[in-house]
Amino acid sequence: MEITARGLWTLIHGMGFGALYLLACSGALVELYRRYSPQNLAPLVQNEEKFLRIYLVAMAALAWLAVLSGAYIVYPWYRAAPPPDAANLAAFPQRLLMASPTTSGWHSLGMEWKEHVAWIAPISITMAASVVLQYGRGLKNHPQLRAAVLVFVWTSLLAAGVAGFFGAMINKNAPVEGGPVIHIVQGEQK
Amino acid sequence: MNAQNASASVALTTRPNGAGAAAVLAAGIGAFVLAVFAILADRSAAIKSLMIFSKPTGPLSGVTTCAIVLWLAVWAILHARWRNRSVALARINAAAFALLILGLLLTFPPIADLF
Repeated sequence: MEITARGLWTLIHGMGFGALYLLACSGALVELYRRYSPQNLAPLVQNEEKFLRIYLVAMAALAWLAVLSGAYIVYPWYRAAPPPDAANLAAFPQRLLMASPTTSGWHSLGMEWKEHVAWIAPISITMAASVVLQYGRGLKNHPQLRAAVLVFVWTSLLAAGVAGFFGAMINKNAPVEGGPVIHIVQGEQK
Repeated sequence: MNAQNASASVALTTRPNGAGAAAVLAAGIGAFVLAVFAILADRSAAIKSLMIFSKPTGPLSGVTTCAIVLWLAVWAILHARWRNRSVALARINAAAFALLILGLLLTFPPIADLF
């Protein structure tokens, strides 16, 4: 069992940062609804509030790591131009997708949307984390501010979902591969 | 409730919404300018070339860097102006949501290609 260095980085970008961010979004939405609802009369425990602050800051860090690793580590391998006489496009995923009308949409629609919309996720979650850091339990007294935070967290979930879906489908049709091979486990010989 | 908790509670209830409003509006602007920069780089060869901050990443590097710098600059300016004030948050939310939705829509290639 082995994986290439580029494949590993794609895995870290997509599963390590992106998918983990998507999972964390649902938790953040539930907690923001529950804790800061004006109908919730139970006093907020300081430890729980601290936990949510750390949680949102960690989410913002994950979102930034996802877009930065995507744009500056994985994307250059994806968009690399092949030499003019290249017969095998397997190491050039963008050109491989564009070479067939059955797959070109994954680039012209999927990647073109993903590479930009993904950045709305870190912008939105950084705003949400900042507001919760600044207002804490005082957010209960600002229902409009709480509503804005929820809208932006929902939007960041949507943006990250679009990016995640297209990232997975693009990598399924034209995987980013290459670089040194990392041997994970030695398989049994028949 | 001791005196320290009481004063903290008063501070929480009376904190102006300006700092939060600045963050909300700036995020809406950030999402919108990201889409605008992406369209500009796609439509103009000169802007596309200017946006190549990192050659391996191409114009995406400049588009996103410019949008982030502008977003943070707007946030800093609004924060400095509004942090000790209460502002009309309903209107600011409406503007921020409109910009956010426009940002989402304008990054969608079939819509971006209309410009």
